Amino acid sequence: MARNPQLNANGELQHLLSIEGLPREVLTQILDTAESFAGVTEREVKKVPLLRGKSVFNLFFEPSTRTRTTFEIAAKRLSADVINLNIALSSQTKGESLLDTVANLSAMQADIFVVRHAASGAPFLIARHVKPHEHVVNAGDGRHAHPTQGLLDLFTIRHYKKDFTQLTVAIVGDVLHSRVARSLIHGLTTLGAPEVRVIGPQTLMPAGVEALGVKVFHDMHAGLKDCDVVVMLRLQNERMDGALLPSAQEYFKTYGLTLDKLARARRDAIVMHPGPMNRGVEIDSSVADGPHSVILPQVTFGIAVRMAVMSIVAGN
Amino acid sequence: MSLHIKNGRVIDPASGKDAVGDVYVADGKIVEKVKAEKTIDAKGLVVCPGFIDIAARLREPGYEYKATLESEMDAAAAGGVTSLACPPDTDPPLDEPGLVDMLRRRAKALSRARVYPLGALTVKLEGRNLAEMAELREAGCVAFSQGNAPLADNLVLWRALQYAATFDFPVWLRAEDAALARGGVSHDGEVATRLGLQGIPAFAETTALATLLELARAAGARVHVCRLSTAGAVELIARAKRDKQPVTCDVSIHHVHLSDMDLGYFDSNCRLEPPLRSQRDRDALSRGLAEGVIDCLCSDHTPVDEDGKHLPFAEAEPGATGLELLLPLTLKWGEARKLPLAQTLARITSAPARILGVTSGRLEPGAPGDIAIFDPSAMLRVVPEALKSQGKNTPFLGHELPGRVRYTIVAGNVVHEG
Repeated sequence: MARNPQLNANGELQHLLSIEGLPREVLTQILDTAESFAGVTEREVKKVPLLRGKSVFNLFFEPSTRTRTTFEIAAKRLSADVINLNIALSSQTKGESLLDTVANLSAMQADIFVVRHAASGAPFLIARHVKPHEHVVNAGDGRHAHPTQGLLDLFTIRHYKKDFTQLTVAIVGDVLHSRVARSLIHGLTTLGAPEVRVIGPQTLMPAGVEALGVKVFHDMHAGLKDCDVVVMLRLQNERMDGALLPSAQEYFKTYGLTLDKLARARRDAIVMHPGPMNRGVEIDSSVADGPHSVILPQVTFGIAVRMAVMSIVAGN
Repeated sequence: MSLHIKNGRVIDPASGKDAVGDVYVADGKIVEKVKAEKTIDAKGLVVCPGFIDIAARLREPGYEYKATLESEMDAAAAGGVTSLACPPDTDPPLDEPGLVDMLRRRAKALSRARVYPLGALTVKLEGRNLAEMAELREAGCVAFSQGNAPLADNLVLWRALQYAATFDFPVWLRAEDAALARGGVSHDGEVATRLGLQGIPAFAETTALATLLELARAAGARVHVCRLSTAGAVELIARAKRDKQPVTCDVSIHHVHLSDMDLGYFDSNCRLEPPLRSQRDRDALSRGLAEGVIDCLCSDHTPVDEDGKHLPFAEAEPGATGLELLLPLTLKWGEARKLPLAQTLARITSAPARILGVTSGRLEPGAPGDIAIFDPSAMLRVVPEALKSQGKNTPFLGHELPGRVRYTIVAGNVVHEG
């Protein structure tokens, strides 16, 4: 197999395309750098000049509010110029190809492309075709990866739990369609979490998921037992159409996180969710707003993590 | 025009002959001996029947921007291919005698490989109404197929098989359950899970194959199963053959060498139909071909233009160029299985000839003067510039493969010299 396309010849992060295949040192470097930026976001003047004069293009081929906004905030706090392109509504509908779009933006002197695309692997294709000084950051591609979300999840877990090597983490719900789950699983296994579980019905589990290094549970109560971290995945409404699930009500009953089910986890367990949440489908409000929930801090940490990623790739 | 090919290592897989000797051609046919006008010195080269590729898309009519008959017939000649069967999934599909007739005449005018069109089994390949098979047969179609178009309705399949069996027309189909395969782009397994690609489960092939075999048996139809991709399918075919069912099948040069691991980081050159499957499947296909469960190899030649491949994996067009890699990848397979060269070459000469029902694919006197002469030890470096095909898309780009075709001879005429 070819060299990991996100690392340069020195093994440094040239692009961030996926957590899979990144060495532990690179992950730790990103988390440590994010830690140092966490202070910046609490200052009165929330800016550092690291990316002054650089242009960050937010290329969203798929709609997103939260991720795009946090990337924009992160880039601005690094003093970069940010250009948001909502491509779903423009050139793609005019028939321009993905690589033509990128070539045109590249001609406008881009430094970093933040890319979200509905097709798995699209950022890899772009990374293969950009100029050597340009960097690609994957902001979510199909079902494949959402590495900055995975990193902010890791950052959150490290913030509350310190050490990965003692943790039992459960990821609950639609693993089949989830790029968030894949990225987090790779991150946790790389950082040494001894037990990563995925919980959900067979219809929402991808084939051979065990090969990613996880234990599969179909029973929510058994799966949550003694967990330190519970990550709930968003269940999209369209999953009700394809004979994957009978109804949202039945899903909530079997796999929705309630206080009652959460009681199986450790007393100090944290509950995470990548958002946006479907209250009453995958998570009950009493849990989402309760003392175990770290869902809003996740969003805040997301800015520092994205600052770290952009400053590191731009420096390599 | 008469021809004397001297001093070559003459291999005739049909008879098992493998010895240094001479081959003579006169009036387009192989003869015992003749005072020849032209002599080719084949010292150090293998002289064997021209290759027969039972799946090569020429992209005409309709897809001339991907490839033309000229470019692909050149590729066939460069690859030593002297006969080829082309699937009906053109645009429009080969569902009318006029289209078939036109294709045959255009191909004939180029006077390179012999072209055997497969007719559409259903109108527009839509899987609803039967195409005019008798008319198409008259126009020159050798069998009836859906190409890569799905045939979702088992009632239509059943009637198509019954109708074809009525006239003893062979039916060539891929086995893939349309619903189970819908939206899938990769083998449903660990690699697809890791890459976040929608999978096509192995049982999409085995369930469809079990149905096809059952219906063919009931209808008494002669079926050729195209492009096996799973270990389970190899087992089902083995069982059907043990039960004396008249069934044949093929596998592509990609599927005996590659697995889904070769997708690497979303290499769209590995986007193929059927998808590359697990290493276990690949090994079973390679073994099945060696043991004769699978009858022959084909290139499944599908030239795709660059724009069709410079896309995210799932959006990329499936297919790979293959005519010029048929011999090298067959040799590579034979070497890996440690087979005598005659047995290796049988998979692209005598075996496909039997499936097509043609008299070529052998070097006996009286057989068509279709001959390939190649250097088995020369290496071919697979780079775009080295390929005559308009499609430069292949998972083997950058590889060094054994076997270079020096001469391709069709009906006694040298159509390629390299």
